Amino acid sequence: MNFDLTEERQMLQDGLRRYLRDTVSPELLARATESEAGHSGALWAGLAEMGVIGALFPEEVGGFGGAGFDLALVFEEMGRAGAFEPLLETGVLAGGLIAEMGDDAQKALIEEIIAGAVQIAFAHAEPGSRYDLERVATSAEPGPEGYVLNGRKAVVAAAPSAQHFVVSARTGGAMADEDGISLFLVSAGVAGLSLRAYPVNGGGRAAEMTLENVALPRDALLGARGAAFPAIERAAARATAAVSAEALGLMEAIRALTTSYLRTRQQFGRPIGKFQALQHRMADMLIEIEQARSAVINLAGHLDAERTERERHVSATKNLIGRVARLVVEESIQMHGGIGMTQEYALAHLAKRLTMVDHRFGDADYHLERFIRLSAA
Amino acid sequence: MDLNYTDEQKAFRAEVRSFLEENLPRRLSDKVAGGKRLTKADHEEWHAILNARGWLAANWPAEYGGTGWDAVRRHIFEEETTRAHAPRIVPFGINMLGPVLQKFGSQEQKAHYLPRILNGDDWWCQGYSEPGAGSDLASVKTSAVRDGDAYIVNGQKTWTTLGQHANMIFCLVRTSKEGKPQEGISFLLIDMESPGVEVRPIVLLDGEAEVNEVWFSDVRVPAENLVGEESKGWTYAKYLLTHERTNIAGVGFATAGLATLKRIARLEQSGGRPLIENPFFAARIAQVEIDLMAMATTNLRVIAKTASGQAPGAESSMLKVKGTVIRQQINALTRQAVGPYAMPFVSEALEEGGNAGPVGPDYAMPATQSYFNNRKLSIYGGSNEVQRQIISKAILEL
Repeated sequence: MNFDLTEERQMLQDGLRRYLRDTVSPELLARATESEAGHSGALWAGLAEMGVIGALFPEEVGGFGGAGFDLALVFEEMGRAGAFEPLLETGVLAGGLIAEMGDDAQKALIEEIIAGAVQIAFAHAEPGSRYDLERVATSAEPGPEGYVLNGRKAVVAAAPSAQHFVVSARTGGAMADEDGISLFLVSAGVAGLSLRAYPVNGGGRAAEMTLENVALPRDALLGARGAAFPAIERAAARATAAVSAEALGLMEAIRALTTSYLRTRQQFGRPIGKFQALQHRMADMLIEIEQARSAVINLAGHLDAERTERERHVSATKNLIGRVARLVVEESIQMHGGIGMTQEYALAHLAKRLTMVDHRFGDADYHLERFIRLSAA
Repeated sequence: MDLNYTDEQKAFRAEVRSFLEENLPRRLSDKVAGGKRLTKADHEEWHAILNARGWLAANWPAEYGGTGWDAVRRHIFEEETTRAHAPRIVPFGINMLGPVLQKFGSQEQKAHYLPRILNGDDWWCQGYSEPGAGSDLASVKTSAVRDGDAYIVNGQKTWTTLGQHANMIFCLVRTSKEGKPQEGISFLLIDMESPGVEVRPIVLLDGEAEVNEVWFSDVRVPAENLVGEESKGWTYAKYLLTHERTNIAGVGFATAGLATLKRIARLEQSGGRPLIENPFFAARIAQVEIDLMAMATTNLRVIAKTASGQAPGAESSMLKVKGTVIRQQINALTRQAVGPYAMPFVSEALEEGGNAGPVGPDYAMPATQSYFNNRKLSIYGGSNEVQRQIISKAILEL
């Protein structure tokens, strides 16, 4: 039993924490959300240079990490800084799928991803699919050159800055079948693909994607035809570990802000942190955040387990993170009072970002129900 | 014990309902129901409609142009207006200042200000909180120093809701530093157009500028704008707060919010079925509905007591805590219901007739906005921590 980071990971964590502390400011984050790309070019380049993107990929594809604990440490630091960059979309989701399923030509993109030269988003969820991974209506019919795609994709995170997309579409099976889902590597400029881009709560941008008779060559197919679901589920498991770790970092940042506020804010002639009512609630928050840390460790350590075991951990962790996130957001705002409601104060951004974690890859109740189902199996 | 309304009360409800059907502009109720931004003109339009019917000041006695309704009628009126998605009545003149002037104001003040509140000539805002005086309101520092026939006011107020629309502000100011903090406070009416008054918007975490800072630099205020006696302001402030806390339970808002939540849960799909059929989600809705049913009756119990002439005391603190917690739970469930579409933030979509349509269903963004915005419910008007303190002192005698 050893819960310490390896020396390499410790160095990465220290370096990343220092870099983000020195680089990320409220102004940088606001500019990033307001920009058309929806992220900061400078921060992205800096992360690439530090090797942070490479840490998300295994050695076989040119990275130097890729394990659950690598993901956890990178995303916890991003969360602590309140930073958002297309790391999850490019490095874990789309990049992870290409690393797992791609042929040699497709895998060549990984090198560019690691270098920070290319961003790729994962266009999977659809307007009615909510959090169900198997619910794909977008169709890929045989075409003259290969395939023709038609459909709509919802809330495609980091789409505005992506040069490519990994797009899921049905080549067979019914609407909610696991079988029959295929993945395609699609250039952002392809005819028939259009985006409606917008900012999202908590920072960054996303888009609604429309695919209208998008003609793709045969070699756009990523992996075996109709058999992408297991890889999608694994990618979602890794992404869940990543956002859960990010949530943990956000919680730690919020805890630090709130504790410091309780020490300095004076009412009734003393710091409000001297009131026992608030002390006990802060103590409860601390206990729950430690639970969240353990839940992240549980999932990061089971990403390579067999399917049911892995997915039980996905749902257990995401459920606990969702519950603790809500507690931390609501209690921290409440204990701050009015100041905690203002956009200008650092808490607002962190709290919104933490709230939105529950709207990606399934909320607390979705995973509670799923955990029960998986446990019964 | 009889849980039914009297025939007369039922007839009143029908009268209110038919008034709303005929007179509440569809344009306004659509905006309220759709979570769109209301403009100053929207509020003024609705106030004028109610005033024409004599129903603007539900809590004022008839002699001042109010309805003279008892607490039960006021409650029925509130239920029906929220159910119909009417804009809320802007409370600062009607619910807050009005009762203070009626009880403590001079004849001149009553004659001048009360009709102006009803006619919409004045838009009032509240100058209570300061950066250093939140829960600890008695520590206000904004100073008013007597200079001949005027006071010179210096200081800063904050969290001034809709102050950007206001031309008048009622303020707690410090006229003396002697004795206990509560003893040197006065209640002053200030014209916002006076030289030295500056209003600065505060953007909240939902991106909206609903509240403001109001700064006073050597603002000259005529001494006749003092309400009651100098340094007795704390008494008037507390009296105002008891009126601020009427309808504090927000049963109408909670009921309307619950209806919206159910509507959304019927439209949203989860696992290929309406979300409302998901047993986990259905259980969450049921739980909060059960709490609301009981709280509505707690509210009626307090109302009945008030209608029979007893002043509401610490019960309003209980209603505030439970009422706000229930509304916040409904907000959280509504945010949860919209799923991934909680994420898009398209500010322009909240404008009436704006070019940018909503992303995803039109109810999604207002759901997220309301969740964030209504964190305020447990903070303002005496935070829920302060309310619990009142309960433990006044009821439990701890």
